Amino acid sequence: MAALLRVSHLQTYYSSFGGARVVKAVDDVSFTLGEGETIGLVGESGCGKTTTCLSIVGLLPSAARVVGGSIAFAGEEITTKRPREMRRIRGRQIAMILQDPMASLNPLFSIYTQVAEPAYYHQAIRGRALRERVQALLRSVRIPSPAVRMREYPHQMSGGMRQRVVGAIAMAGGPKLIIADEPTTNLDVTIQAQYLEVLKDIQQESGVALIFVTHNLGIVAKMCDKMAVMYAGKIVEQGSVRDLFRSPRHPYTRALLGSMPKLGSKDPLYAIPGHPPNLAQLPSGCAFHPRCAHTMPQCVSQEPEDGHVDTNWTAKCWLTDKQAQEEYVSAIA
Amino acid sequence: MVSTIEETRASPVPIGARDFASVPRRWTSLARQLPILPLAILVPFILLALFANWIAPYDPTEPIPGAKIFEPPFWMQGGSSRALLGTDFQARDLFSRLLFGARVSLIVGVMGTIVAGSIGTALGILSGYLGGWVDQVIMRVTDAWLALPALVFAIFLATMIGPSMWNIVVILGLVYWTRYARVIRGEVLSLREREFVKLAEIAGGSRARVIFRHILPNVLNSTMVLASLTIGVVIIAEASLSFLGVGVPPPEPAWGSMLADGRSMLMVGDWWLTVFPGLGILLVVLATQLLGDWLRVRLDPQLRNM
Amino acid sequence: MARFMMRRTLYAIVTLFILSLTIFAVVRLTGDPVTLLAEPGARAEDLDRVRAEWGLDRPWPVQYVAFARNILTGQLGKSFNYEMPVSTLYFQRLPNSLELALAATLISFFIGIPAGIISAVRVNSAWDNFGKTVALLGLSVPGFWLGLVMILIFSVWLHWLPTSGQGGWQHLIMPSLALGWYFAASLLRLTRSSMLEVLRSEYVKLARLKGLPGYVVLAVHAFKNAMIPVLTLAGVNLVVMINAAVIIEVIFAWPGIGRLLYEGIFQRDFPLVQGVVMEAGIMIVMINLIIDLLYAYIDPRIRLTK
Repeated sequence: MAALLRVSHLQTYYSSFGGARVVKAVDDVSFTLGEGETIGLVGESGCGKTTTCLSIVGLLPSAARVVGGSIAFAGEEITTKRPREMRRIRGRQIAMILQDPMASLNPLFSIYTQVAEPAYYHQAIRGRALRERVQALLRSVRIPSPAVRMREYPHQMSGGMRQRVVGAIAMAGGPKLIIADEPTTNLDVTIQAQYLEVLKDIQQESGVALIFVTHNLGIVAKMCDKMAVMYAGKIVEQGSVRDLFRSPRHPYTRALLGSMPKLGSKDPLYAIPGHPPNLAQLPSGCAFHPRCAHTMPQCVSQEPEDGHVDTNWTAKCWLTDKQAQEEYVSAIA
Repeated sequence: MVSTIEETRASPVPIGARDFASVPRRWTSLARQLPILPLAILVPFILLALFANWIAPYDPTEPIPGAKIFEPPFWMQGGSSRALLGTDFQARDLFSRLLFGARVSLIVGVMGTIVAGSIGTALGILSGYLGGWVDQVIMRVTDAWLALPALVFAIFLATMIGPSMWNIVVILGLVYWTRYARVIRGEVLSLREREFVKLAEIAGGSRARVIFRHILPNVLNSTMVLASLTIGVVIIAEASLSFLGVGVPPPEPAWGSMLADGRSMLMVGDWWLTVFPGLGILLVVLATQLLGDWLRVRLDPQLRNM
Repeated sequence: MARFMMRRTLYAIVTLFILSLTIFAVVRLTGDPVTLLAEPGARAEDLDRVRAEWGLDRPWPVQYVAFARNILTGQLGKSFNYEMPVSTLYFQRLPNSLELALAATLISFFIGIPAGIISAVRVNSAWDNFGKTVALLGLSVPGFWLGLVMILIFSVWLHWLPTSGQGGWQHLIMPSLALGWYFAASLLRLTRSSMLEVLRSEYVKLARLKGLPGYVVLAVHAFKNAMIPVLTLAGVNLVVMINAAVIIEVIFAWPGIGRLLYEGIFQRDFPLVQGVVMEAGIMIVMINLIIDLLYAYIDPRIRLTK
């Protein structure tokens, strides 16, 4: 099956102070996504998840640039596309949901106007067809009485409802891929579950592919088939959600899973020691080694490559390399 | 077992563009931090104004003996080196008058701003910190006085109180304090919620103590930025009042009244009486604006956007 | 919305009250109102008449009530020189000042807003620096000096434009440019910062994410939101300009309200001065109120709440 989205060795760097300071926000990231597939992009703040997404849609801030690698969407390379061409893809083929529902909607325009825009501009739908489409979209995100509510303004809606409107906007252009950047982080916990239900329904009904960015593993378990764990700008482990949850290979993945509070358990919460690295001054070798419980000498001196664990399951850790393990064991013996 | 080995990989950072190894570090970092342009303008003006008594060739209020009225500057026909920049309608030396006028503009500008800033900051703090009816009263007065155009209000007060340099200082202070009050009040409102203030209150400090030790130092930044930006406005206001005849009274030289004097001869093309005083105002105000911008960037990162 | 409107109206009334009180107090505190309100060289009967008319021998609160009553009925006194009620004079001259202020506002719109938008869209480029320089000059160059210099160049030296008076567009150009100059700079700054802030907002980001064409993002989403503070400023400023263009009107002999005020000062026509100042305050407060009420109607956020 041809992949809908193929990201290969993507490198996106931020430069500041006239090039004197370079931050490798995304450093050699690769993953693929097929049609209708869902992948969770997980990691702590600042690990490069959002930059990866912005690289895909081509809306990086002026200080950032894709300096290497490729992003192929529907068979076409999109990193080299001109802004005008990207604009046609954005909204129509690839849509994005942002984190803050209070700020995402323009306060001066009605819900109708804002949901209708992608359909209006990309598919040239007008008049009654447009109205019906907006109502259908609002219904699909479970907003009651869509005909009435579409005449309202953002400030008249709650956060949860606004975020659903943002979801409707994302679907409005009929995209093949939706990128959701922490869409539930700013919602009340009780509303979060509802919203995820809605999102999952849309995804399954329409068969749209989904990249779900979050730091919450529970959500990934619920929403996604595949999962990629990011740390310091790199994907340190990726595979199916089931595999990674059951027996994670990378110590960071293991630590993340371990730090999830378990219902009914009275064990003390485990927090990963240390703090996320400064992307401008990364540690040598494996970026995780200062916080890792299983550091071997090789981890300090050499950056690990993608170690093969199983089909479609890789982990960037020397622990997957049998030879490295044997050397270590013999060294401490 | 957590690894204690942590080697930082040197990131490939190119060395910064300039290498000032030859010049002592302290001076260059200081020099790079000072706002050169505004100071280059202001310092000479200030010095000229301070030492006007010694630098000025003539008494600014007395006509030059033997000179004609409306003499042009020395480089034009009819001018002489006796009066470098020309003379006015009473044959007084323009250059000397400009120097003393600088003194007036600077003094009124600075003092007026100090008065306005002090009143405005004090009332802003009281209004923001004490709240309640104090806040209401002060804010209503602020709104009311802000509604009246500053110049009109100043003209009215000057007409009533009578012109003199120090009266003008007070008047301008009374007219412009409202601008400070608004801004400072806003700052105090947000400061009031900050933890260190709450801690001080819980610790039992009297209100006066909290205000002086915690609130005041933190709003001073904004006051100074605001002051440096409005000093130009005050200088122009003084010039406007003097132009209209309700500012600094003659024969004391003030750039504004010099402009008014020069108006009559403008029609026949005697430009020097108009251009030079106006240039003076322009340069001083420009310098204060630049200084204000520099201060704003350094003192308040939130306003950097502007 | 109704509640909002009621509150604003109440505020306006309070503001007017404080303004009138201020003017009242200033007059009583700085001089003898009787002699001020009576014509120079008045006889005893005239003084008595004035006392009765303004209630000047009664205690202050009573006086104030009379004063307020007079204002509310539009009786702001009678000018000595013109021998006409001040309010009549004021409204007679109002259209002229309005013409000038409108022209000045239009000019500053056409200069300031596009320049501000370009500056924001091409932030930190050469355009932006140029725009920032223009803004700086606009704030530093005194408008009235600019007017004088323009007269010098365009009337005296080049003979292209008339020096003063009201008439066709040739008479309007210089004064409105001089008057609008400062405001153009303010508009530029405000448009720029407002636009920058809007361009960074999440909803503009989302608009881009929808793949909307660039001009739509700018013109529809960004522009409309960015213009809110700008239009507010413009509306407020127009009213202020009408009343505060004193010096420009004097320089260009423009028969407006500012010039009326100046005549009052010059000729010691006290009722005229007091009347114009009070009238200016009233007008500004009323128009501000109307703008706010209009605002409440237009902004959906306010219209659709209680």
